[in-house]
Amino acid sequence: MTAQAQALDPMRLALVGVPNSGKTALFNRLTGSRQKVANYAGVTVERKEGSFVGPTRRRQYRVLDLPGSYSLTPTTLDEAITRDFLLGRLSGEAAPEFVVCVVDATNLRLNLRLVLELRDLGVPMIVALNMSDLARNRGFRLDRERLERELGVPVVETVAVANSGHRQLLDALEGIQHPGTAPRREWRDPSFEHIQQTQREVRRILRAIDYAEPARKEALRRLDAVVMHPVAGPAILAVLLFFVFQAVFGWAALPMNAIDAGMSWIGAKLAASLPDGALRSLLIDGVIAGAGSVLVFLPQILILFFFILALEDSGYLPRAAYLLDRVMGSVGLSGRAFIPLLSSFACAVPGIMATRTIPNVRDRIATIMIAPLMTCSARLPVYALVIAAFIPHRPVGPFNLPGLVLFTLYVSGIVAAMAVAYALKRTALKSSYHPLLLELPEYHWPHLNNLAIGLWERLKVFVQRVGTIILALMIVLWFLSSYPAPPPGAAGPPILYSFAGMVGHALEHLFAPLGFNWQISLALVPGLAAREVAVGALGTVYSLSSTGDDVAATLVPMIAHTWSLATALSLLAWYVFAPQCLSTLAVVKRETNSWRYPLLMAGYLFGLAYLAAFVTYRVATALGG
Amino acid sequence: MPPVSLATLRKGARGVVTNVQDDSQSLGDEAHSTVSRRLLELGFVPGEAIEVVQEIWPGGDPMAVRLGNTTFALRRREAGAVLVALDRP
Repeated sequence: MTAQAQALDPMRLALVGVPNSGKTALFNRLTGSRQKVANYAGVTVERKEGSFVGPTRRRQYRVLDLPGSYSLTPTTLDEAITRDFLLGRLSGEAAPEFVVCVVDATNLRLNLRLVLELRDLGVPMIVALNMSDLARNRGFRLDRERLERELGVPVVETVAVANSGHRQLLDALEGIQHPGTAPRREWRDPSFEHIQQTQREVRRILRAIDYAEPARKEALRRLDAVVMHPVAGPAILAVLLFFVFQAVFGWAALPMNAIDAGMSWIGAKLAASLPDGALRSLLIDGVIAGAGSVLVFLPQILILFFFILALEDSGYLPRAAYLLDRVMGSVGLSGRAFIPLLSSFACAVPGIMATRTIPNVRDRIATIMIAPLMTCSARLPVYALVIAAFIPHRPVGPFNLPGLVLFTLYVSGIVAAMAVAYALKRTALKSSYHPLLLELPEYHWPHLNNLAIGLWERLKVFVQRVGTIILALMIVLWFLSSYPAPPPGAAGPPILYSFAGMVGHALEHLFAPLGFNWQISLALVPGLAAREVAVGALGTVYSLSSTGDDVAATLVPMIAHTWSLATALSLLAWYVFAPQCLSTLAVVKRETNSWRYPLLMAGYLFGLAYLAAFVTYRVATALGG
Repeated sequence: MPPVSLATLRKGARGVVTNVQDDSQSLGDEAHSTVSRRLLELGFVPGEAIEVVQEIWPGGDPMAVRLGNTTFALRRREAGAVLVALDRP
């Protein structure tokens, strides 16, 4: 940016548009990766702001990508934020000086009404006829100049997905005067008759500009006939999900090992260069090991989000929500809950963050509450350890026993989640009926530039979480596991003498009815930070000096000898439910802005885990396990 | 032929929207006024061509309709507010 542009007060723009108008793609085109993602004060609606310098380098712009809205009469929190922002009613936010209303040129019939509403509001604005290339290619006919005359506001053509597709918009913006914050007209929700009248005006304008829509392409019609077919549709969705899972667990193995190795390498380098002492232990066992154990999930999260973003961009996700509406509705959830729950199989943290797309607050909280019951990948190391030690490799029909046990654990989580959702939606989170009115946008090829920017945003948000909340928790746990230090000449691993060790010993009484010995009880304490840390902690209490995968390898015969099968099954049952992830609870606190839900979540998960492990242990013991 | 409620139509039915009712016949609570307003805002207005393109089995709920140049998914409960004059077969 030039000194000149910097010296001037940036002009505050807001992008407004109906969902699927290509608004975010245009925002990405204008700002590139110069974006800041945060929340609006006090609510969990995502606030995306970016900046850019005009082509003549004389003016700087600050632009806000407002949540997609069909109307200024809101039906969701997102739409309420958009309206309040435009009216200058949002605390801590100044109303925009200028509005760019993004409309889909291939769907003016749906888009124009919002333009008229904004015009009536009296905000200075410009209309961006987005996807104008697509409109021309598909044979739409529209008269831009005539539209400009009919609307009485400037209209420019944009192509958000092409390199200089925002050129006309930039030129038009440079031409306008710094308007300052113009006085708004009084806004009242229009009456039913008034909406009908506005729609008649939209139809009149469409006739006046000689807008002609070609019939939908036969290929797209046929695609929908298959994708949304009542039988073929769910089958395709199942295959697609299976493929995504394969990719998340298959493709991520290599980069995950690389991150793991990288963290170990940094740890080893530090170990070699630092004197033995508290600082060294803090950095290696606390910071590097702690943050590393969470960062290692980054590849899985990125792969999963790549698919989610691509499916979203292509127009498939709303169709999946349509297909699943009935199933999800049977336990009181919205079809939209499916995306966050899918993400939770990688890690509940991004899953909980993805619940922001659910319009109803109670539906959203119900989805957050069950997200940790989806078997996240952090549970796999623990499952793998116990299964390897206790479940014989025996074929069962075309399957094998360890595989079936793992499958059962996944299914138990899903079934429990559905049961909890059903119970919550009938009690604490009971809500009145919520309609389904979902636009199923036209299919598009996902655009690489948008995917890259979307992934980059996820990456930034996730790493920021790791860098702040999660890291802080890891350091606290390190402290609890390291202090007080063992007395000189003490036998056994140092963790025995630490606060964590004391807690573990105290917990032994609590966990004895579940068949857990003191070693397991103790390992559960550092396992609070992240579930898979429990494996390393078990290694520590069993006085093993190896690290990483070796721990699991040496642990397998050790625990196979010392635990009963009933104890092993009880631990598996415990892990299906256990609230052993402080990161998840911290994110729930952040997303719901209250301690109520994380505490409730920890409480109910603990109760379920205890119950499930107790029943499993008793039944297995009775059967002679 | 008198107009019929969209909620009663099956896959393949085509017609023209004649009206969106602003009363709360099919839904007792205040949410309904939001539904019919939102239906209007989305373009369920008199004169628009409409076709039921898909429905979920069994029961046909929710359904997908093609309205003008856009596809929408909605449940039969919401669809109850929309009146359609069927095309002559």
